[in-house]
Amino acid sequence: MEIKLSIKNLDAYYGKNKVLKNISLDIPKNKVTAIIGPSGCGKSTFIRCLNRMHEVVGGTIKGSILLDEEDLTKTDPVLLRKRVGMVFQKPNPFPSMSIFNNVAAGLRLNGVKNKKQIIPIVEKCLRQAALWDEVKDNLNDSGANISGGQQQRLCIARTLAVNPEVILMDEPASALDPISTTKIEDLIFELKKDYTIVIVTHNMQQAARVSDNTAFFYLGELIEYSDTKKMFTSPDKQQTEDYIRGRFG
Amino acid sequence: MMSLTFVAALAAIVPLVLIFYYTISKGITYLSLDFFLAMPKPVGESGGGMANAIVGTLILIGLGGLIGVPVGIMTGTYLSEFGNNKFAVVVRFLTDVLSGIPSIVVGVVAYTMVVVPMKHFSALAGGIALGILMIPTITRTTEEMIKLVPHSLREAGLALGIPKWKTTLAIVLRSAWKGIATGVLLGLSRAAGETAPLLFTALGNRFWSTSIGQPIASLTVYIYDYAKSPFEDWNQQAWTAALVLILLISVLSLLFRIITRSKYKTN
Repeated sequence: MEIKLSIKNLDAYYGKNKVLKNISLDIPKNKVTAIIGPSGCGKSTFIRCLNRMHEVVGGTIKGSILLDEEDLTKTDPVLLRKRVGMVFQKPNPFPSMSIFNNVAAGLRLNGVKNKKQIIPIVEKCLRQAALWDEVKDNLNDSGANISGGQQQRLCIARTLAVNPEVILMDEPASALDPISTTKIEDLIFELKKDYTIVIVTHNMQQAARVSDNTAFFYLGELIEYSDTKKMFTSPDKQQTEDYIRGRFG
Repeated sequence: MMSLTFVAALAAIVPLVLIFYYTISKGITYLSLDFFLAMPKPVGESGGGMANAIVGTLILIGLGGLIGVPVGIMTGTYLSEFGNNKFAVVVRFLTDVLSGIPSIVVGVVAYTMVVVPMKHFSALAGGIALGILMIPTITRTTEEMIKLVPHSLREAGLALGIPKWKTTLAIVLRSAWKGIATGVLLGLSRAAGETAPLLFTALGNRFWSTSIGQPIASLTVYIYDYAKSPFEDWNQQAWTAALVLILLISVLSLLFRIITRSKYKTN
């Protein structure tokens, strides 16, 4: 099993407030790794460390995060974010851009100007995001005028367009209806063939359905990390079992 | 309560109605194509137009816009996107102070800074005075409009590996574009209506001039001169000039509406 991301002794802070405590875990390549835990346990902070969005809101970290054995805490965050893409909790397409331009934005604003080069990438990404058939006749409509589920798939297509290696998903389906959620989950299953996926979720059934490995966070600490099947049938720690059974959180 | 506020609301629109009634009824008699195309007649002769003043006003607000629009938009962007520091607090306070300074004082400053060293009045001095007057309006509107852009859009841009400055320019400013344009329009319209700062900067000119180094005519200064003159004919023309100024600003705002019209229907 090849390791894509290796996190070692990671501490994360907001000012003086320590929100992640000594996290160490390895995220395997071309697998889906789910991060679960109650609100405020640091799951979102954790994945935001992986593309250094944590520092955008003024957070700081200690420890190391290796992406293919290169310490990403010491690289240029702008270059890093092309390799580690992110899908947010609430769909956030660019409202002033068309569907086409939303997907093309990452390419254009990173210097790809040739439209002949962009068109096939946009189509490919929309197909990968399972949105092409629904929008192919309205590519020039606003990205904000489609349904929430479609918007989220548009955001996934937009992320795919810059050709990342890792995709971080911060509760990508929590604002969506059950049908849209299923679509996103199917999509995650397809995408892991080509990408390494880390997904934060509140929904334990979702973690059980889509992920290969699951990490359980509680109060900023990593309580347990193992194979998803094992995690949901016979976890090692009592705390994990209590959370999964719905006794707290 | 409701009737009281209703009466107040009615009272609020009365001045506007009166303004339209008087400028149109008194100004329309003199309104003709000639007014737009002909030059003012020499003192003592009746008739003539204000071609030079119409072009002069356009040049003055153009010059003012060249200064006020970029400075205002960039300052507003700084305050909203990078303004989490003491310097920004000072800038914000000072732009508020600037917006409260009487326009005639700004005219005096432009007079001292530009007219005195150049040793003569000029369109440039007038443009600079108007530009300074536009800055606070455009700065504050830009800042407010940019602040309305959801934080999630900035994050989306950054997460795509787009550098911060490009995210600001291509995503944040673009999303706030309509609101910023409204601020620019407001700034330009206010400037087009200014008289006091032009009296001792652009001065006025009875002849055709488009040189920014020379004194230049403007509608507002013409209205001031003609309205206080003893000639009935000039008083009439002052009303027409007022009407033309209002039309000019309306056309300007219509143009802005068309330019900034969204490509997409809102749902």
